[in-house]
Parts: sequence; C-alpha cells; structure tokens
Amino acid sequence: MVYPYIPHTDEDRSMMLSAIGLQSLDQLFEVLGEELQLSDSVPISHGRTEDEVQRMIDSIASRNVRGIPFLGCGCYDHIIPSTVKALSSLPSFVTAYTPYQAEMSQGLLQAIYEFQSMICEITGMDVANASLYDGSHAASEAASLMVASKRKSSTVLVSSTIHPFILAVLTTWAKGTDRAIRILQEKEGVVDLSSLEAELDETCAGLIVQSPNRYGLLEDYNTVADTLHTHACLFAILSDPLSLAIQKSPAEWGADIAIGDTQSLGLPLAFGGPSCGYMAVTESLMRRIPGRIVGATTDAKGRRGFTLTLQAREQHIKRERATSNVCSNQALAALMTTIHLSSLGWGGMVEAANQSYAKAHYLAYHLAQLPGVTLIWDKPFWCEFPLVFSDAKRMRKFLQELRNEGIFAGVRLAALTRQAKDELVLLVAVTEKRSREELELYLAAARRVMK
Amino acid sequence: MSEPLLIDMSKQGRKAYCFPPLDLPRGFDQALPSLPASLSRQTAARLPEVAELDVVRHFTRLSNLVHGVDNGMYPLGSCTMKYNPKLAEHIAGMSEFTQIHPLQDISTVQGSLSVMYNLLEDLSSITGMSWGTLQPCAGAHGEYTGLKMIRSYFLKQGDDARKKVLIPVSAHGTNPASAAVNGFDVVPIASDERGLVDLEDLASKLDDTVAALMLTNPNTLGLFEQDILVISRMVHDAGALLYYDGANLNAILGMATPGDMGFDVLHLNLHKTFSTPHGGGGPGSGPVMVNSTLRPFLPKPDIELTDSGYVYQWENEESIGKVSMFWGNFLVLLRAYVYILRMGSEGLRAASRHAVLNANYLAAKLAPVLRIPYGKRCMHEFVISCSDLLEKYGVSAQDIAKALIDEGYHPPTMYFPSLVSEALMIEPTESESVESLDAFAETLLKLVKRAQEDPASLKAAPITTVVGRLDEVKAVKEPNLRY
Repeated sequence: MVYPYIPHTDEDRSMMLSAIGLQSLDQLFEVLGEELQLSDSVPISHGRTEDEVQRMIDSIASRNVRGIPFLGCGCYDHIIPSTVKALSSLPSFVTAYTPYQAEMSQGLLQAIYEFQSMICEITGMDVANASLYDGSHAASEAASLMVASKRKSSTVLVSSTIHPFILAVLTTWAKGTDRAIRILQEKEGVVDLSSLEAELDETCAGLIVQSPNRYGLLEDYNTVADTLHTHACLFAILSDPLSLAIQKSPAEWGADIAIGDTQSLGLPLAFGGPSCGYMAVTESLMRRIPGRIVGATTDAKGRRGFTLTLQAREQHIKRERATSNVCSNQALAALMTTIHLSSLGWGGMVEAANQSYAKAHYLAYHLAQLPGVTLIWDKPFWCEFPLVFSDAKRMRKFLQELRNEGIFAGVRLAALTRQAKDELVLLVAVTEKRSREELELYLAAARRVMK
Repeated sequence: MSEPLLIDMSKQGRKAYCFPPLDLPRGFDQALPSLPASLSRQTAARLPEVAELDVVRHFTRLSNLVHGVDNGMYPLGSCTMKYNPKLAEHIAGMSEFTQIHPLQDISTVQGSLSVMYNLLEDLSSITGMSWGTLQPCAGAHGEYTGLKMIRSYFLKQGDDARKKVLIPVSAHGTNPASAAVNGFDVVPIASDERGLVDLEDLASKLDDTVAALMLTNPNTLGLFEQDILVISRMVHDAGALLYYDGANLNAILGMATPGDMGFDVLHLNLHKTFSTPHGGGGPGSGPVMVNSTLRPFLPKPDIELTDSGYVYQWENEESIGKVSMFWGNFLVLLRAYVYILRMGSEGLRAASRHAVLNANYLAAKLAPVLRIPYGKRCMHEFVISCSDLLEKYGVSAQDIAKALIDEGYHPPTMYFPSLVSEALMIEPTESESVESLDAFAETLLKLVKRAQEDPASLKAAPITTVVGRLDEVKAVKEPNLRY
C-alpha cells in the first residue's frame, strides 16, 4: 500500500536500508525487545481514501443539528468578518510551530506582538502574554500567580457568580495541593462584597471575580481594588473582552490581572474549542506572568525585530521553578482574534457590543411581559440575561416548542451547575448577529407557549 | 522587507468591516435603558482603523515572514513537524462542526460526540490503555491532568506521603514544571553512559515518598529505554505509578504500546503524533489515557454510548473534575480523527517505521563528520553535538542553526537535552523523502566545511532574513511588549 503522506518507494526503502547496513525495517525495532513488539497491528480500522473519509465524515456531520443559537455561557455566536478565516488559514501560519527561531518567524512574532498590544489596549493593562488555553485556564494561572506573589498565602477568593465550569476548573486546580479556593457568596445575582474585608487574612492571596458574570449580569467593583491592596491581595477580573467595549475595563476598576477568553472576538463556536485564553497584568507583575511573551528589539544593524522574551520565567529554562508549566498555547486562535480586531477596529467593537446590548434588551423586555417567566434581579446586563420560569414543565415545553421552530432558546443553568436551585433558570444570549426576524420568531414562539 | 505595525497604517474613519444597521423598532431604541455611568467604560482602546485590503496585505505579508512545514523541511526535534493533511483542514472547516455550540441539547450534537467517542476508542487501542479524556488542550496540560489524577489516586488510598515525582534529567521542561504546579517535589534521575535511565540512581531514589516516575520513551536522545520492563517493575514494587510523556510516540505507533510497557497514565500530543497543525504554537491537544487503576479519576464529564446515543456522564465521585472550559479543542480532535481514519492501523505503523528509517538514514549520513554522542542506532530522532566545531573553529550549535536558516531550513531543536553539549536535536519525520534528507545532509556537511574555512560567515548568519540575530539582552532589559 502507498500512503500519500509517506513518500518512500520500494526502491527508496531498500537503498536507505542498505545505506545504514540493514536488510529490513524490522531490524530498526529490535531494540523494543520481543516481549514488547506487537505481533499484530493495533485493533483499529484499515486506512481509507480521501473520498471514503469525506463520505464517512459527511454522514457523522449530518447527526449534528444546527439551530438559531440564543446560547451563551462562555461561548457566543458573534459576527466574524471573512478576513479571519481566509488569513488565518495561510499555510505558513498554520504549519509553523512556536517561533523559537526569531529570524525565520518574524511574521508570527509580530502578529503575537500586535495581539498582546490589542489585549493591553482593550483591558487597559500594561503587559499581556501570547495566549493561554481558554478562560478557565487563564483563571487557574491567575490563581497560581496570586499565591506565588504573596509569601505564606495559600487561598484564593473566588466569586460564586463566576462561570460554573471555570469554578470547576479552579476547584481541580486546588485539589490535592496545599492551595485552596474560598467562595465569596452572591446576593441578588451579583457578588456580595460586604464580607470581603472580613475574608482577607494572611493566607488569602487575592480575589477573582467575573463580569458579565454567570447570569450575564454586570458587577460593580467600586473600592474593591483598594480593599484588596490594603491587605496585600491581588485583584483579578475575568471578562468577555467584547463587553469591555462598553463596560468599565479591568484597569479602570484598578485590577492587577485581567483574564478571560477571546472566543467572542473572531472564533467560531466549534463545540467549545479551540478558544483562546488571555491574561494581562500591571507592569509590576510583568516577570510573574505565565506563558510566552514577545518583545521588540533590534539586530546588529539596528533594524527592529521581534523575539520571544523574558524566558527566564518559563518551563524550558526554569523547569520546576517556572511560573507555569504552559508551553504550547493557542497561537492560531490568538491570530484569529488579532485579524478580527484589525478588521473591526475600536468602532466596530463598540458597534458589536452596543448592538448586542440593544438586541438582548429588546428580547428581554418583551419576554418579561409574558406570564410564567420573570427576569429576576433588576440588575444591568449586557448580552445575556437569566429568565426564570414558574415551573419545570413550562420550561421544558418552552425549550421544545422553540426548538421545533429551529431556535435554541437558551442554556439551562442547571446543566452547568447540576444544582436544584438553578433548575428553573434559563440563560438567554443575544448577539449583534441575531437579526430582527430571528428575534421576532423567538418572541412569537415564546408568546404561543407562555400565553 | 519588514512590515510596519498595522496600527501605524491607521487612518481615522477607515473601516475594514461594516455591521448591518441596528433594525429594532424606533420606539424601542429610545426606551432602551442606558448602561449606568458607574459601570461604563471611559477610555477608548487604540485599535487599527484600516481598509479590508490593508488587513489582507498586512497578514499576507506577515505570513510570508514565517516558515512552516508547508514551506520546507522543519526537523525540530521532539516536535514531530510532519505534514498536516489538507483533508483534515477542510473537514475542520465544515460548518456542521464549526457552527455547533458546546451547550446545545445532547440530541443535536451526536455527530461531534461520536467523533470524540470513537477517537477515544482508537487512542485506547493505539496506546494499549483503558480509556481517556480529551479535555487537555496541550501536552503540558495533559501532564497537569495526569499528575493530578496520580495525586488523587494516592489520597484516595489515604496516602498523603507520596509527594515526589522522579524525572530524568533528559526530560522536557514541562515535566518538572507540571509536577511543581501540582504541588509535587521534583527529584531528578541521572542518565547512564548509554543515555538511558540510570537504574542504580532510580533504585536509590524509589521509596514510599515517591508518587511517580515520568518517562519519555523513546527519550529525548531518540533512544528507546530498553530496560522499561525492569523500570516498570521497580516503580510498581515501590508502590509508585509510571507516567508516559507521549511527545515521542511517533517512533512506535503500531510497533509497541505504552500499556504493554507498564505505564499507568500518559498524555498524547495530537499536534505531534497525529498530524494536527502546530498553528505557530497551538492550539494543540493533549489527551490523557489511563489504565483501569486510574480510570475512576478521569476528568468530568466522560462520554458514554447508551441505547439512546452518546451522553455525558457527570456522576463520578472520584473524578478530579474539569480541566478545561468545555470539552477540549474539538476542531483539533476532529483533525486527528480524520488522520487516523485515513491512515488506519497499517498506515500508522508505516508512519512510525518510516520516521525511524528517516532518522537513522540521516544520522548515518552525518555520523562520519558530526558527533552523535549517544546510541549506535536511534528511533525517530537523534542528537548531534557541535562541541568539536566550537573547540576547533569557534563555531557553535547556534551558528550552525542560524546558517541553516539561510539555506531555507528551519533549524533543529538547539541546546536540548542538556546531556549533550552544543546539541542539535534532529527529527526528520516520515514526511520527508530521501531526496529531501540527502539535500539536508549535504547542506549540513557543507556548513561544517565552512566552519573550517570561513567561520566568520557562520557567525554572521542569517543574512537572507528580514532581520539578523536579535539583541536578546536588550529585549529583556528594556522590555517593549506592546505598541
């Protein structure tokens, strides 16, 4: 059998074997020993041609059902300019690896430098890294950074309004170690900061909050930074970066660390991945930030060039003393965000954020008129809001009827938290991509069910 | 030609994208509550304002300043820079996959779940393990996950004393870093004169405070740890577990399995062994596979096949919990699945056999001139030392690497592993033809000759690139990390 991805002909093989003084390929594997060498091929299927694979995948793909998504909870259906896919698919971007050899990777390094710059601009922070796996990874790295920054600390305070899956990842982060997550409770859908001061002891390294939070609500962090800093604690705000086009930036709240996921900036839904975590910090934390960082410098002729820098923080240099174990990150996804932001500009970002705000409020306003559902907590929100049903049967019927119309009406919060108290909460997300017709279709179906 | 920053091409009022106008009823626009000033952003961010063609030209020019596998040979050791099939790229772009939300009702995502379930089945067969998780987004993330499971396993036994992880000095830097992130103390294990695990050193360090030994096999010298069955017995007799770093799995696909070697847990790098593109540094994917001992500790949720189709399984008390936001880097998983479907069992075996053939052929061509300190034969990669060149002509491994750039090659991995001075670690992969290996060997030998005749020219390399060697010290001392 000939494999298109393996160029060797029979003639090549025998010539190469004789060049190394062997008769058969098997001799190369004698070192494995008889006990370990497989006598038979592994039990997976035989190879297929391109056409056969495509047909098989088409059949699998047909078992995925698309609808008009009013789904969010950390993954949003925003408009993506066609430049993003076209340019991020350029083969040298796709098939390169980490730009260790700067002279041969200037394009990639410059794109990362532009990404870092844009993340700094959007968050208002001083220094950003080249990306992390996703928003939950950014949160765990922020927690590690906090604990490493304060001697004898072991605990990170986390708002109970943080995304349930991010809370789950942080819980795993602490598991089996001498670190701990302590929950700061919520009140009426937003973090309750009244007990913050009381929580801040010597073991506490910092606070992680999220806005828009798990309910889609925007939170107020007035005076939080000062309180934390008085107790030598760090302040991390996790946010959907698109929301920062209209809501206060982490820097404006006085945060030390800005984290989140750039999925809302140019990345498709993709069943949740790849997305792209970001982290940006104040200058004083520059040498503690995890992951790759690109810096500008010059060559012997004084020409500007870009290179991986501040590598003394990283695992390939410091091994067990590194600030993090991260190596590969989400470079190509970060490139997609960079192209997206280059296409939108600040004006486009503000437009997308404002339209999402307006459309979400339009839908929320009209849904609130219906019997059997309420918008609990009269709090500001951006593009996602919690709709609470009077009973579970109604909720099921609502979801089913809307699905019959081709609409995915929202995410059940209980599907994420697996808690009875969230059973009747539906999170509805509306982006600028949802057309007036789609909004009206949603409302018409909702009115039919909830009359 | 160097490319300016896009922000420096900005002109106020230019747009590369226009949104459709907001089309809500007029009355509603006015009734819309405004965001309270206390929550509103005060300052604008500085992003480029350019036309669409400006964006297109900028990123196209940047892509011309990058070398990928599609541009030419990329023998970066331990990174397995093999060809990334176009079919997989095409399939990963299908809207039936890209337009699916991770929290859709389970009945509407059966296609994606079947890809993940079947991929797990295939990876289990290929590695000889029981089951696994697809959540980790990279190799280091897989290490983190596997070590977390090991810690949970011992805590479950009521054993809190096993806080050490043994790691050979030749291991990838992520191994010790991942152990440290999980609160383990790292104990290095020496290599013997063969370049393999020093069994005496290992024996002296194995006791009831050791949780695991992390091993890459073949190791980073490209040598198979032929004592692996002895090592496995030693580790297990001491009550510890054995972790397999799958970075070098491309050497043994279909030839042997980590399961048979006695490994309890491993991570794979789908972006290495299973041909998914490296993307300039990710997204990768680092599935973790386990034997039945560790299976209860896998992250949540698991995927199960029931009479009514695929479902998530969240009811697992001993699970370490979630390690990533949703289900993993799905589009990367899909590409790996396509690669496995395409290659099949014989194809994967052929890939490894030719990867090893290529490495040995190239090593044989270079050996008369360049020193290969460890191993008579190698597996999928080998490490040469340029220390003779440094001693005789003042030419370092870095000089050779930079000169290779001028010849159109991406250099091998430099200065790793540290066992070899002036190291260049070369992994040609099965993708390269004999002609391409011959040309690379000739080029390297030509550079060695130049080291004798004109060392200064190597020190000046590269000269064909948009910039020459950069001032790394300045980059650290005067950090310029953003516009």
